[in-house]
Amino acid sequence: MMIYDVAIIGAGVVGAMVARELTRQGQSVILLEKASDVATGASRANSGIVHAGFDAKENSLKAKFNVAGANMMASLCREMGVAYVQNGSLVVGFDQEDQQTLEGLLKRGVENGVTGLALLSGDEVRALEPSLSEDVTCALLAPTGGIVCPYELTIAAVGVAMYNGAELKTNFAVSSITEEGGVWHLSNGEETVCATYVVNCAGTHSDDIARMIGDDRITITPRRGEYILLDRACEGLVSRTIFMAPGKMGKGVLVSPTCHGNIIVGPTAVNMEEKDNTSTTAEGLAEVRRLAQKSVKDIPFGRGITIFCGIRAVGNTGDFIIECPRPRFVHCAGIESPGLSASPAIALYVAQLLQKEGAVLSIRADFDPHYTPAVHFRHLSDEEKNDIIARDPRYGRVICRCETVTEGEIVQTLHQLPIPRDLDALKRRTRCGMGRCQGGFCTPYVTEIMARELGVDELSLTKSGGDSPLLLAATKTAKGGTK
Amino acid sequence: MEKTTRALTCIVCPRGCQMQVTLEDGVPVSVCGNICPRGKTYAEAECTHPVRTLTSTIRLQDGRILPVKTNGAIPKHLLFDAMDIVGGLHPAAPVALGQVILQNLLDTGVDVVATADAE
Amino acid sequence: MKTVTTDLVVIGGGPAGMSAALAAYDQGIRDILILERDNALGGILRQCIHNGFGLHRFGEELTGPEYAARDAIRVKELSIPYMTDTMALSLSPDLEVRATSQTNGIFKIKAKAVILAMGCRERPAGALGIAGNRPAGVYSAGTAQKFVNMKGYMPGRDVVILGSGDIGLIMARRMTLEGAKVHAVCELMPYSGGLARNIEQCLNDFDIPLLLSHTVTRLHGKKRLEGVTIQKVDENRRPISGSEQYIPCDTLLLSCGLIPENELTTEAGIALDRVTSGAIVDQDRMTSLSGVFACGNVLQVHDLVDFVSEEAAIAGKAAANFIKNQKTPPISVSLNAGDGVRYTVPQIVTEAKDVTVYFRVTDVQKDVRIALYDGDTCLLSKKKISVAPGEMETLSLSPEVLKEANGKTLTIKIERKD
Repeated sequence: MMIYDVAIIGAGVVGAMVARELTRQGQSVILLEKASDVATGASRANSGIVHAGFDAKENSLKAKFNVAGANMMASLCREMGVAYVQNGSLVVGFDQEDQQTLEGLLKRGVENGVTGLALLSGDEVRALEPSLSEDVTCALLAPTGGIVCPYELTIAAVGVAMYNGAELKTNFAVSSITEEGGVWHLSNGEETVCATYVVNCAGTHSDDIARMIGDDRITITPRRGEYILLDRACEGLVSRTIFMAPGKMGKGVLVSPTCHGNIIVGPTAVNMEEKDNTSTTAEGLAEVRRLAQKSVKDIPFGRGITIFCGIRAVGNTGDFIIECPRPRFVHCAGIESPGLSASPAIALYVAQLLQKEGAVLSIRADFDPHYTPAVHFRHLSDEEKNDIIARDPRYGRVICRCETVTEGEIVQTLHQLPIPRDLDALKRRTRCGMGRCQGGFCTPYVTEIMARELGVDELSLTKSGGDSPLLLAATKTAKGGTK
Repeated sequence: MEKTTRALTCIVCPRGCQMQVTLEDGVPVSVCGNICPRGKTYAEAECTHPVRTLTSTIRLQDGRILPVKTNGAIPKHLLFDAMDIVGGLHPAAPVALGQVILQNLLDTGVDVVATADAE
Repeated sequence: MKTVTTDLVVIGGGPAGMSAALAAYDQGIRDILILERDNALGGILRQCIHNGFGLHRFGEELTGPEYAARDAIRVKELSIPYMTDTMALSLSPDLEVRATSQTNGIFKIKAKAVILAMGCRERPAGALGIAGNRPAGVYSAGTAQKFVNMKGYMPGRDVVILGSGDIGLIMARRMTLEGAKVHAVCELMPYSGGLARNIEQCLNDFDIPLLLSHTVTRLHGKKRLEGVTIQKVDENRRPISGSEQYIPCDTLLLSCGLIPENELTTEAGIALDRVTSGAIVDQDRMTSLSGVFACGNVLQVHDLVDFVSEEAAIAGKAAANFIKNQKTPPISVSLNAGDGVRYTVPQIVTEAKDVTVYFRVTDVQKDVRIALYDGDTCLLSKKKISVAPGEMETLSLSPEVLKEANGKTLTIKIERKD
């Protein structure tokens, strides 16, 4: 029986970063993911912000790993071909009380080691961001804040781990964990995976995983956040990430560019019972619209192209829970914001914890940190476009007209680890169907290419794995009316 | 003699005239609301023996999908039977636009013809 | 990079592009290039296998593929050059089009005139902001139409349709004939956006309920759609609480409006009309960028392809005259959408000749008069039994009226007939 050095539960951004780091440090790693693809939980739907680090309480794990992780982000993204922009962020306030809050954040930021922070007046900040509302009276500028695509980062990190030997098992929901003779046995009810060490990166389900080893100290409260995404035509509405000063009205919502040129507005923050409920609500979206207008004027919500809801895994300690509850078992639980920013630093810390637990770590000389996602045709110069079309004419055939995604990119992506097996997985990697028509035109072409390249029947393709078929039957064979 | 009226929307052209048909013992005796004579013809037919043109697709032997139509209207109550017959047509390419795929569909005297080329 | 020069580039090989190219050809222009992104000429008509096209233009009822073939055959017979699988990427203010294809890579075309005929796209689900998850089984009606009619796949068996635009109505019938059960068509407005005859032959023929003043407010199901909540809406189109009704279904098709695809147009700096989302044009369908014309659904969403072809012919002929540099003394008349009118196309007139103005009304009304005003003076009017936003209206202006109105703004209004 194969015994891996480390089994990681959950292929979100934390699991992905841990997998990458432990592979780099010579471990044999298996990544267990209950969904059909990586980055389908909190890492699929969040604000995509690399926080500067002024928000987290001094000396907390959040503060420590946020600043350290954010500092690693630029080079990591460069190595892995992931879009990252240090666009800077602003926290805007509307009255004297907010001004005091911002002063507090400035002080905390300095203690956390954030550089370049500055307080601005309403007029000064409007000179930087002319779309800000006239009600804004003060702002905290954090030039080190950035934006990254959270699922691209996760996919790339898993890809790097896999190309360096890590394994990924999707559709594997761990349902029981036992230990025998120094080896952990993780089962999904049908199949068992064995490993010497386990890292629990199960996001909103990390408390469920903890209970499987008899640890009931962790409680995760899923907190939903709804977003509205605007068309790329709105690019330039704001160039920095605009937060609102936390106050009586809660944390407010942010208005930010994304790495792909869209504008993202949100999230709401509502605690809930159900862990995987990512449905949007009319009330939530109305709330997003109402709050956002306070900080940014004339947001063109009419150019919204999609809405979505993400789930944040809020722990019960107010801080990240990263610890060893049992020998050779590490929790990474309660990794809410700034978890994305902190993820590279969390991975390093997990490696240290495993080392203390006896893992023999040494950095592999043959580790290749690079990931080469299919080039985005749209971002190439005309010369580069012609070069790539000359090498592979399929790059000359535009499939997704809104995002200018070519057949070449789609084909390359379909053969790249971690392999996308459903439409949403392909969409996250190539952006086909992410534009203003939301796949209206390209879906029938994309399914044809997917079926051909993956060697499957087009009728078997799903939107998001499991029981999510895109097509139900061939024509002349469907029978309705049973519902 | 029983006199009834029936309101109809004409489907002959995009104008969609709203018509009133007067019937005596189920036989149309007058039509009003139509702008052109085709409306009258349609309304009378609709009250006695409604007909429709069927358009659908067939799967060629090589698996490709080809659009087809009936080259005339068929009784409305035969539409689903006609769909079953059309579903069983699998000619081999090439097929030319206008080519008859099936003659005399369900004894209606109407043929199924291709509405596009398949080379 | 390869650069070619040509008199006329037509972007889009659908009914508008083909008709425009043919009209330019008829005016003596030979150096034409049509760019089509799909693998054949014909555009969206190729998937519109139903009949009802061509009555106006050809005097007979054709299916979409047959209508498209009429123009495509002429284009081929006349050897008008076209490239398929070729996508225009940009248009510059000096009339240079950048395009890409598998065989040519990125190349440039320098033209004396450009005709924009890119058509339109459907409003997607995300833009409607329906609450719930985003399960499989939610498609725009046109996407479903492509799957069913061109690929032979059924996207679902138990269907609800939101929006009563013509594509939605046509798909209700098509899915039903293929064995699916269409449970309802919901329409937000108190009237249908589709043609009366399509309600008759696509819904009534199959006893499919049309629920006016209803909308879908929630999607149920995580992976595949399991049902929808529909609600009545009030006169402000807000859902009325308490009117919720759950319909089990595996598919929701959306037919909630078409949006002209004007990304190229916008990037070229061409002025757009906020109401039509198409370019602002004169009677020749010339845009604010001299030498660039727009026609078909990229200019304004039409009800009938016959009118698309008609409008494209105007643009094609005018583009030919532009290339030949034939000009008549210009006039300047602005057209204004007055009471009861949403927009007009053209928005400006620069030549005193017979001009047909297309427009849409804002509301359903009966017994009205379409009137043309210069200030308080009514210049002409015509009676209409009924008007509806779903059906495009026209008004013909004579050279005399236009000459008289040089320098003025004329307003088209809907008035009660009394």
